[in-house]
Amino acid sequence: MLVYTAKRIVLAILVALTISMLVFSLLYLSGDPATALAGESATSDDIEKIRQAYGFDRPVWVQYLSWLGNAAQGEFGNSLYFRLPVWELILERLPTTMTLGVSAMTFAIVLSIPLGVLAAMFPNSLIDRTALFMAVVGQAMPSFWFALMLIVLFAFTWPVLPASGSDTWRHFVLPTIVLGYYATPAFMRLTRTGMLDVLSSDYIRTARAKGLRPWTVLFKHALRNAIIPVVSLAAVQFGFMLGGSVIIETVFALHGAGFLAWESISRSDFPTVQAILLLFSLLYIVLTFLADLLNAWLDPRIRVG
Amino acid sequence: MSVVSNGLPTAQEIVGPTPGQRLRRRLFGHRGIVVGGSILGVIILMAVLAPLIAPHDPYEQILSARIKPPVWYERGTWEHILGTDQVGRDYLSRLIYGSQISLMIGFFAAALSGLIGTAMGVAAGYFGGRVDLVVTFLITCRLSLPVILVSLAVVAVIGGSLEVVILVLGLLLWDRYAVVMRAATLQVRSLDFVAAAQTVGCSTWHILVSEILPNVMNQLIVVATLEFAHAVLLEAALSFLGLGVQPPLPSWGLMIAEGRNYILFDPWLIAIPGVALFTLLLAVNLLGDGVRDVTAPENRG
Repeated sequence: MLVYTAKRIVLAILVALTISMLVFSLLYLSGDPATALAGESATSDDIEKIRQAYGFDRPVWVQYLSWLGNAAQGEFGNSLYFRLPVWELILERLPTTMTLGVSAMTFAIVLSIPLGVLAAMFPNSLIDRTALFMAVVGQAMPSFWFALMLIVLFAFTWPVLPASGSDTWRHFVLPTIVLGYYATPAFMRLTRTGMLDVLSSDYIRTARAKGLRPWTVLFKHALRNAIIPVVSLAAVQFGFMLGGSVIIETVFALHGAGFLAWESISRSDFPTVQAILLLFSLLYIVLTFLADLLNAWLDPRIRVG
Repeated sequence: MSVVSNGLPTAQEIVGPTPGQRLRRRLFGHRGIVVGGSILGVIILMAVLAPLIAPHDPYEQILSARIKPPVWYERGTWEHILGTDQVGRDYLSRLIYGSQISLMIGFFAAALSGLIGTAMGVAAGYFGGRVDLVVTFLITCRLSLPVILVSLAVVAVIGGSLEVVILVLGLLLWDRYAVVMRAATLQVRSLDFVAAAQTVGCSTWHILVSEILPNVMNQLIVVATLEFAHAVLLEAALSFLGLGVQPPLPSWGLMIAEGRNYILFDPWLIAIPGVALFTLLLAVNLLGDGVRDVTAPENRG
């Protein structure tokens, strides 16, 4: 387990470094970063000043290393729009995104695991087909459009929930449904196939033959094993949700990090964009790392192989 | 069935259907494939025949006829079956021309990412060792980057257009191809016919192209449909957020964004392009799921 953990840590650090290089190079995509930062109305004098102030006249690798050194300390410079330290802005917005992410994840799991289990218990039944139908529809529904349709229904036609803002828990209901529903099909399919596999295995037959109660067999024996792959998927899906939060938070004007990312992109506020991009990627790397460890701990075969 | 009336079975009946016939029977016997394929076929026809079937010019603005509702509303007319948008452009015509954009983005982005991902995955699976390590590492890196955020940022820096969106999505969506192709190649490469080809001295390129690739084609097609849908969805999202295809092009995502200001009184402006998008995605997903069901060896009866 120790060797496995050490290997995974080295891999995670290498991935994080590669990502940091990509995020850093984002500023150079436009050709000249000083021009990109200065904006459209800047004179060549302004551009030269920015070039000096940000040190764009140094060799690229020196710039990268100093940027990385600062980033490692959480120092991303000031937002070009707010003139405030970027980390302050993000810390202020992050709780909203995390609340949305966690509630959407909870919604997805509470909806999909029971449905997946039921679908596997009664294959090809009405409930299995309904679950499959929901999965197919869910995968084809653009999340931003689903969000707008929910706003039309629940904020205008039957005004029961607010359409935008992030002040009360009621502002989080619709975003949670949209973001959570997006992850539901994957969870449901995985639970269903996992349960089908496990239910047809020998030890379940033995457990049944011993005369254990069906519920005991189902929850104590089957679900425990079927749920293992769902753990990894949850880590991956949470990463996708962080990405999806950019769209959902923008539609609902929810003041989280995703909305801040979109606003900053529209304002060419590069330090903020880079910081959020790096943060979301790092969160994904840490989550998948923890999921891998948990999996290896639950299933010793993984750490040997 | 037999034409010969001597009561003996014909050669056809003894041998049974040919593999091609069996494949066709499986394909056309699958509800998902038939439904998905027909819808996709209609949308492709719509895109190809757009200049012939669109009742109006999709770019012509008639400011005196702004936001006319579709024909099923009280104020709707047959002149504009799906109504007109906020600057008086015929909504049906824009919807028809919009299908060209979605299909183009889906096709080219899926093809480009397919080329990258398949090359990486097949190389990793076939050569193993260091190549595999590098490819697996690249896949891990790619998965750590949130696609939407990266494509938004890149499009913002270099400017949004149809070509840029195709390029950005094509360069980002190769991960699933690489993962699936790597696994599929690993399975195929240990089979006897690959060893036989190696023994008779076939070049590595020949083995990869004529022995490995045809045998992983099924999985490739399934991933390609998934990524086609993925690219269409992302283009709509990018255009919706204002950083994809630029106006006045009739992208469905852009139409939803433009209709957003009228969400309170004219929600059909959003509902119509959304339904179109949903239908296309549903058709492609049904087709992909169906191909997977039909070609997966464990499902062969």
